[in-house]
Amino acid sequence: MHETKTDASLSSPWAGGVSPFAINSKKFGMWLFLVSDTLTFAAMLLAYSYVRLANPDWPRPFEIYPAILNATVMTVILLFSSLTMVLGVSAAHRNDRSKAVRYLLFTAGGGILFDILHLREWFHLFAEGYTPWSTPQGVPLFGASFFGITGLHMTHVTIGVIYLLIIAFGYGKKNFDSTDVEVSGLYWHFVDLVWMFVFPMIYLMSIKL
Amino acid sequence: MSNHEESETHAVGSTRLFVTVWIWLAAITGLEVFLGYERLQPGLMLTLLVVLSLVKAALIVTYFMHLKYEKLSLTLMVIPSTIFCICMILIFFMPDALRLLQIRTH
Repeated sequence: MHETKTDASLSSPWAGGVSPFAINSKKFGMWLFLVSDTLTFAAMLLAYSYVRLANPDWPRPFEIYPAILNATVMTVILLFSSLTMVLGVSAAHRNDRSKAVRYLLFTAGGGILFDILHLREWFHLFAEGYTPWSTPQGVPLFGASFFGITGLHMTHVTIGVIYLLIIAFGYGKKNFDSTDVEVSGLYWHFVDLVWMFVFPMIYLMSIKL
Repeated sequence: MSNHEESETHAVGSTRLFVTVWIWLAAITGLEVFLGYERLQPGLMLTLLVVLSLVKAALIVTYFMHLKYEKLSLTLMVIPSTIFCICMILIFFMPDALRLLQIRTH
């Protein structure tokens, strides 16, 4: 019976004998999750555009100063944390554990800073009367969509920080290998990538249509 | 299977490459903020911002997420399916959204 299993159909990459994508299952699973998450955010941003077009009196509370300046600083922080992440992954591939852990902690620090700045902005908006269910202009859809999208993104950043801290400490203790660091890197770059669409679509497009 | 092990541990770009990519990303972000400051026509601005963001996304996925260094089969599975699904959402939303915009301006 075993001899028959070595025929051409089973030894092809797609027959289950070899990995067709030549990556391990953790990385593959993360890629599949990121595809589905991309679609979640794409749907939310398109829904945001839709309700925005449907409302002539759409609130535009994001002035160049302080809102767009603040969001630009947040973007640069997230972008910078992506650089430290990618350097951390390189260090992990070179088996330089202490350097990789340091880069991972820097990355998590960037995420925390991003969250703090974002929450500060949220509380400023709350003080001005913008909440997830109401706005001073009487367009509750703005609150729902703005806080929905940025809140979902903030949740991703927060989960990412926790994830990175777990990986950093586990990798330092040799419980994880460089692949685990790389997979956490994929997630973190994705969080950065999503913000690269949220920032222009919501903050920079805060102009009169 | 030994082939598999090798492809997991191959070199995935140098520090110099990553810093170069990062500078490009920062520069494009700067350009986007400048566009926000300039307050162009909404249609033109939206197009420019979407194109610039797609360039940034491509840079992040290609270099930071190492897709360039993976087997082509992974890219072919991940990217076209995502683009297809987003196009499907767009096909359902766009005509209606444009109609809304026209109703508004009249």
